[in-house]
Amino acid sequence: MASTAKAIEPIISAAWGKPQSWTLDSYRKRGGYEALKKALEMQPAAIIDEVKKSNLRGRGGAGFPTGLKWSFVPKDSPKPKYLAVNGDESEPGTFKDRYILSDDPHMMLEGIAIASYALGVHTCYVYLRGEFKHEAQRTQAAIDEAYKAGIFGKTLLGKDFELNCYVVRGAGAYICGEETALLESLEGKKGWPRLKPPFPAVVGLFGCPTVVNNVETLASVPAVFQKGADAYAKLGTDKSGGTRLVCLSGSVNRPGVYEVSMFTTLSELIYDDKYGRGLPAGRKVKAVIPGGSSAPVLGADELDVAMEFEALKVKQTMAGSGGVIVMDDATCMVRSLWRVARFYAEESCGQCTPCREGTPWQTRLLRKIEEGRGEPGDIDMLSNVASSIAPYPPIGLGNTICALGDAAALPTHSFLMRYRDEFEAHIREHRCPFGDKPWGSFGDWS
Amino acid sequence: MAEPLFTPEEQKKFDAGIAEIISHYPPDRKSAGMLPALRLLQELKGWLPPEGLRLVAKSLDATPERAMEVASFYVMYHLKKPGKYVIDVCTNLSCSLWGAEKMLAYLEEKLGLKAGEANEKFTLRETECLASCGTAPCLQINEDHHESLTRAKLDAILAKLS
Ligand SMILES: Cc1cc2nc3c(=O)[nH]c(=O)nc-3n(C[C@H](O)[C@H](O)[C@H](O)COP(=O)(O)O)c2cc1C
Ligand code: SF4
Ligand code: FES
Repeated sequence: MASTAKAIEPIISAAWGKPQSWTLDSYRKRGGYEALKKALEMQPAAIIDEVKKSNLRGRGGAGFPTGLKWSFVPKDSPKPKYLAVNGDESEPGTFKDRYILSDDPHMMLEGIAIASYALGVHTCYVYLRGEFKHEAQRTQAAIDEAYKAGIFGKTLLGKDFELNCYVVRGAGAYICGEETALLESLEGKKGWPRLKPPFPAVVGLFGCPTVVNNVETLASVPAVFQKGADAYAKLGTDKSGGTRLVCLSGSVNRPGVYEVSMFTTLSELIYDDKYGRGLPAGRKVKAVIPGGSSAPVLGADELDVAMEFEALKVKQTMAGSGGVIVMDDATCMVRSLWRVARFYAEESCGQCTPCREGTPWQTRLLRKIEEGRGEPGDIDMLSNVASSIAPYPPIGLGNTICALGDAAALPTHSFLMRYRDEFEAHIREHRCPFGDKPWGSFGDWS
Repeated sequence: MAEPLFTPEEQKKFDAGIAEIISHYPPDRKSAGMLPALRLLQELKGWLPPEGLRLVAKSLDATPERAMEVASFYVMYHLKKPGKYVIDVCTNLSCSLWGAEKMLAYLEEKLGLKAGEANEKFTLRETECLASCGTAPCLQINEDHHESLTRAKLDAILAKLS
């Protein structure tokens, strides 16, 4: 498909790949920290109002309105307040935050500074997944530059406001991306999610009010003040402002991270010359996961949908973390679901019975079906197991402490809903119909 | 007498590292530094020996049980001495769509190890999504990330490991 998708002016990704884009010097030349200057002339409450007006929504998974989240932090609490940045980036299919951290960390740091000032936060922790060594080094170097330039430390760009910022690396646990598990991990513990309420905005890190925001969310904040909240809001829909990053992977010619408008559709992302450039020769789309591996899968006839929170919700799925995974007609759906199910079983923290017992049970049933040992009744059993972790639809009725339970059940429900005949064929034929090529993979390893 | 855990050089690095870590947290919350402190120990020793765990716990006013609990929860910590090179291969969905399972099989044959096994030189593991799905397949060797791997690229990387 030639390029018909409306071009946008990139905000977050504009400098990626340019020489030295990660340095303070480069960021300042692009107008960096001017938004902070503007914000520092405003009252904290007015900053929060401005973010509310911008319709900025969280980019970590749930799409929660950012300004509203900030407004939940009690103003009169005698306790210190904290900002925890979520750079755990572990939802399969998601690989956007790493580019912000490595190619333009100052954009996120400016967002951190604005948020901290608005919230009265004097200590911020940037929690990065343990594997992000290079990204942690770049981010730390940027923080060091910011201290030297008087942006962090005793004064905030010359204003009498102390702000300290530390990088903390995780050590390999998907669950630490869940905000309360992240807080436990920041407290030096294993990542066991907490029962909510209370929400972190009231009782968070060390028992104190804490905002947890995703890396991309904070990197989007400077643009709100540079452009003005109304202009930022106008870039998007009436419920979802700005632009967003989406991560395209799987069976496409040009995988990668693309900054898109809230009106860009999944099919534009996959086929347009600006983005994915279609599938390899001879392949057709079979299925697309639109928001990280926990988001319910869509069929080939459902791709004319904007990659935006509300539009995807109408389709009973979610925009989630922006991870778009394309599977073509040579891909086995049973094999794919088995791999996804194994991930959630592996990463369950084990606190809740439905999740601890249900996730490996799903995995065993799927393995059995994929290996040709499935029996009549196994599909219904699989569906029952998934329902006992979290029923569907709608999304969000989980029986567990955290949403990992939902994340593990939603793929099962949606794969069975759309591709049940493939599961049945495995059982009927006592084998995988795709033989020894269940991935239909291409590239060097095909 | 048992050999000391650290050389004098390592001891200096450990002490300075712990002091830096503790300074990032409120004074009554030293134990919050558990993850960075375990990372520090692993950087110095290549794994987490039991006496090291006890030392980390003591330095952070935490119990040894707490150190052990944390060390065993996270997959990047090694409670046993691993091979000199730990190879973590992502086989999650996007990588499998680009041949990760075949790449893992190729590595298994080349190294003479099954995923999950180790020898003196290599520990080979299957791992979960490394946030590099657009540049699949990928793997990490001792936390160094390698992406968009072809056979030729992988061979060249392995040839450099002595
Ligand atoms: C199992 C699980 C894993 C999650 N992983 C991440 C993650 O890796 N990164 C992230 O930003 N949010 C993740 N989230 C969402 C966070 O809990 C939280 O909603 C988010 O960080 C809030 O930031 P935002 O409002 O800026 O989106 C995860 C949630 C769940 C339930
Ligand atoms: S739902 Fe799963 S991951 Fe979440 S707290 Fe319960 S057992 Fe742990
Ligand atoms: S699936 Fe392999 S890096 Fe994400």
